Amino acid sequence: MLKFIAGRLGLIIPTFIGITLVAFLFPRALPGDPVLMLAGERGVQPERYQQLMVQFGFDRPIWEQYLVYVGNMLQGDFGVSFSTKRPVLDDFLNLFPATLELSIFAMIFAIAIGIPAGILAAVKRGSVFDQAAMGVALTGYSMPIFWWGLLLIILFSGVLGWTPVSGRISLMYFFPSVTGFMTIDALLSGEPGAFKSAVSHLILPTIVLGTIPLAVIARQTRSAMLEVLAEDYVRTARAKGMSPRRVIGLHALRNAMIPVITTIGLQVGVLFAGAILTESIFSWPGIGKWMIDSISRRDYTVVQGGLVLIAGIVMLVNLVVDLLYGLINPRIRHQ
Amino acid sequence: MRQAKTLLATTALACLLSGTAFGQTLVYCSEGSPEGFDPAPYTAGTTFDASSKPIYNRLVEFKRGTSEVQPGLAESWEVSDDGTEYTFHLRQGVAFHTTDYFTPTREFNADDVLFTFNRQMDQEDPWYEYTPGISWEYFNGMSMPDLIKSIDKVDDYTVKFVLNRPEAPFIANMAMDFASIMSAEYADTLTEAGNQTALNQQPIGTGPFQFVGYQQDAVIRYQAFPDYWGGEQPIKNLVFAITIDPAVRRQKLEAGECHVIPYPAPADIEALQANDSLNVMEQQGLNVGYLAYNTQQAPFDNPKVRKALNMAIDKQAILDTVFQGAGEAAKNPIPPTMWSYNDAIEDDPHDPEAAKAMLEEAGVTDLSMKIWAMPVQRPYNPNARRMAEVIQSDFAEIGVDVEIVSYEWGEYLDRSKAVDRDGAVLLGWTGDNGDPDNFLAVLLGCDGVGGANRAQWCNEEFNTLIQEAKVLSEQSERAKLYEEAQVIFKEQAPWATIAHSVVFMPMSAKVEGYVMDPLGGHWFDGVSLAQ
Repeated sequence: MLKFIAGRLGLIIPTFIGITLVAFLFPRALPGDPVLMLAGERGVQPERYQQLMVQFGFDRPIWEQYLVYVGNMLQGDFGVSFSTKRPVLDDFLNLFPATLELSIFAMIFAIAIGIPAGILAAVKRGSVFDQAAMGVALTGYSMPIFWWGLLLIILFSGVLGWTPVSGRISLMYFFPSVTGFMTIDALLSGEPGAFKSAVSHLILPTIVLGTIPLAVIARQTRSAMLEVLAEDYVRTARAKGMSPRRVIGLHALRNAMIPVITTIGLQVGVLFAGAILTESIFSWPGIGKWMIDSISRRDYTVVQGGLVLIAGIVMLVNLVVDLLYGLINPRIRHQ
Repeated sequence: MRQAKTLLATTALACLLSGTAFGQTLVYCSEGSPEGFDPAPYTAGTTFDASSKPIYNRLVEFKRGTSEVQPGLAESWEVSDDGTEYTFHLRQGVAFHTTDYFTPTREFNADDVLFTFNRQMDQEDPWYEYTPGISWEYFNGMSMPDLIKSIDKVDDYTVKFVLNRPEAPFIANMAMDFASIMSAEYADTLTEAGNQTALNQQPIGTGPFQFVGYQQDAVIRYQAFPDYWGGEQPIKNLVFAITIDPAVRRQKLEAGECHVIPYPAPADIEALQANDSLNVMEQQGLNVGYLAYNTQQAPFDNPKVRKALNMAIDKQAILDTVFQGAGEAAKNPIPPTMWSYNDAIEDDPHDPEAAKAMLEEAGVTDLSMKIWAMPVQRPYNPNARRMAEVIQSDFAEIGVDVEIVSYEWGEYLDRSKAVDRDGAVLLGWTGDNGDPDNFLAVLLGCDGVGGANRAQWCNEEFNTLIQEAKVLSEQSERAKLYEEAQVIFKEQAPWATIAHSVVFMPMSAKVEGYVMDPLGGHWFDGVSLAQ
């Protein structure tokens, strides 16, 4: 088991180098001089141009820029935003809880519906339910997030008036942030109606962000279940006269869950990618909206830092999932 | 009990937007997050809307709805005969905000003016770089360090600015966001506490609204400043709910979650106008989109050729296809909301036949040329490529062959400056201080050749007029010279003036007293909500 963990940890270093290289090179690979681009029609005096090049470190050779960048990063210094002049890490830590809260809700939503739907579809293979569920899953998987979000807003907030259009909580509530999780802070604040308001603001973004993982999880659960249901030991269990409920719940499900867990782990990356669009639509003050804002402002330090931090979190989650996988499935850790 | 609570919350929510129990609260769904609350280091309008406009005042202010300057924290000012000394007489009895993080012990005086400008001008000032990497973009961009020789405190309520040369637009610069007056006393308190960066996070000003709190990327809260020198505000609370997507802003407005929204999507305007519970205001933006010929290259050195090409352009087609209605044809190089705009000038008619004849008259046949189309969307030109294509087909009609070229944005700006550049350039400008000099001298003056003057156009008569206008301090006299300069511009046609954008401001019909700012800012003082 230790060897397994060490092996997985060893993989992190090259992955990390890869991520930092991509994050570092990406803005630099974009055509154009960032200083001229920032200056726009107004232009920039030659002396000021030089000053800015030095300030941003663009005057140094590219490998040196990279080493300084990685060196600073390892010390927790992700640089200062071009536009706001605030440290990138501070902003990230300030905004990440909002994204995390939304992602957790979206994941719970996806799992709570996806797994039962997948099981039922597999058990009732070929039935109307199966075909309908898989049809819906395919549609959900192909749904453009932006369009889906706007559609829900127009229907539920605009026409029906059931949910608020956007934001995290009604503007009438104003209490200090303790945990960064609006639902928990709302409870802690003790203000009547605050928790309900926070939850009602979560409904639409949760559905929008959870749709793709839900579809993937449902499809994966179904195919894993189908595979397992065809195994000899399931047939044996059935032949023994075990109730279908026990066969599915005890023998089939536990084995089918192994690939499903991996899928769930992989969906964390998908969630963060989806969060960028979902947060923009719902004015959700998380890291996704922060990244989009920074891209439109050409705030390279934020884009770079944000990319590395998000990739780091995805990497971490995948590592945990890999390790969990090893725990659940002894065959993996003995390989 | 629980039901009672829910009922209470729902009622409170209903009251919030109808504006009773929650006090008069105006919710503005702003388009982005402010970069900070000290306006001077920044250049983005979004930042100014959240900082300089509600929280601060300046020595002079733009008269609401115009680009004219009126007294602000300075009650009056005098200009010396040689135009190099500006003496401001400061308003007395102006209070700074009292908040839970600062209680002022004195009123506004000359020290605050000195602090405001010295920190941007003097590299030795302890506030010159109070946050790492901070710089004074607009102060530098408006060439203030070259222009200002010294700022002297004459007495507690008199400040004298000494300039290196006479420059009339200086007074308009003093109304710009970077010139927002900060509290020197607050700055001293922060220095003592070793917490200088708070100046940019917890602002103190003299403006109509005081800062309450900012939840990053989500909500900014202000409350009316009860001791505001300009009188108390009709609304008690001002809330900015940051909503970056225009389609979502529209939904929030329609659902009553906000009262005012900026920058609606062009496609939504018609539907918003049709909604009886809303009111959509509109005004031309302080900008111009143009096609600049290279007037130093044959055959474009001949005004007749330029004029002929201008007559071939179908501006209406451009307004329809490129601006989708959110634009207005431009006949002058400055926008109609700017003082000195010469409305007597008639635009060249769209007349391909006459244009063709004029080209022949000038001895130009088989002309082929390049048109540069920039790769980015700008307020004055939402789609340069499309615009270039329309012009291409217009020119084809009079037998002129056009090749459209484009470069990446930084490169485009740089290469188009070259005097020997091949081709006509699509570009534009958005004004900074509402002064005509900011358009005419910057974009068309002889000093700008090889730089911002993309037409490479140096006309002695025109240049003399704008140089004269720059040193006169009486606005009416300056206006006459600028009006004359526009006549010469029209005759000489260094550009084809294409369009000014039209800015729309949809708001709830309950909002009263909102005035659109030709300089593009969003102001909420004086605005009220009908019950």
